[in-house]
Amino acid sequence: MFGVLQFPGSCDERDALAACERVGEARMVWHEKTSLEGIDAVVVPGGFSYGDYLRAGAIARFAPAMDAVREFAESGGPVLGICNGFQVLCEAGLLPGALLPNDGLRFLCRQVDLEVVSTESAFTRGLEVGDRLSVPVKHMTGRYFAPPGTLDELEARGQVVLRYAPAQNPNGSARDIAGVSNEVGNVVGLMPHPEHAVDPLTGSDDGLKLFAAVAKTAAPA
Amino acid sequence: MKARVLIRPKKGILDPQGKAVERALPALGFDSVRDVRVGRLVELEADDASHLGELCEKLLANPLIEDYEIQEIG
Repeated sequence: MFGVLQFPGSCDERDALAACERVGEARMVWHEKTSLEGIDAVVVPGGFSYGDYLRAGAIARFAPAMDAVREFAESGGPVLGICNGFQVLCEAGLLPGALLPNDGLRFLCRQVDLEVVSTESAFTRGLEVGDRLSVPVKHMTGRYFAPPGTLDELEARGQVVLRYAPAQNPNGSARDIAGVSNEVGNVVGLMPHPEHAVDPLTGSDDGLKLFAAVAKTAAPA
Repeated sequence: MKARVLIRPKKGILDPQGKAVERALPALGFDSVRDVRVGRLVELEADDASHLGELCEKLLANPLIEDYEIQEIG
């Protein structure tokens, strides 16, 4: 069972739920809930939780449901943060780094190609290194940043999960990084939106692969 | 006490807002302005000033990307 978090200001939770339902069962989890009982995988969706006040994701990290997400993550449960969800997980310290305003200062909405860099994470298991995924980005604050020493460590430990394909970095992200994981690999965050790429009707169903990867591991024993 | 917290992008981090402001200035005849950085100003009242640093570290600023400065203003 997937659980999709819903904060005031989330806007991609329904697409995330629909994406999860293509590969398994899913339900919404309101941000005031303090338990994730019965949930095998968590999606923290995109949007503008709490109006992006102060910094994107800064306030959502204090939501009651986030304590449960932290516990869930620390016990090895798979957690995927998409766009604002990525920002929330970085602010919560569950993922390294931070997201800064795009270098071009514009809101971006376009299809990009991603390259799979690591297949060690819960959401890229079963994919091949070098696989290309066509997935849209839509954000204002998507420039991945971490100090150079941290970036070296992330690369050395295989925590860079996805990169923008060459010459397609849309926002000035450090080392073309589009998605990272925690050290164990069960928590993954990315700026692009796999939940918007789950049907050939809208141009690509490559995004489904990330949900399918975890559906296999999240299936009840 | 009242305090003012100034939050700025850390030195060395590209600040596209500051750059955009800087690029707009010559059009208005302000040719000699450099290194514009745009940050945030938070004003607050607190009974106990000793927690302000922790409050900045945990919420008002993200220490990875921002510096903060607390000014007591009475």
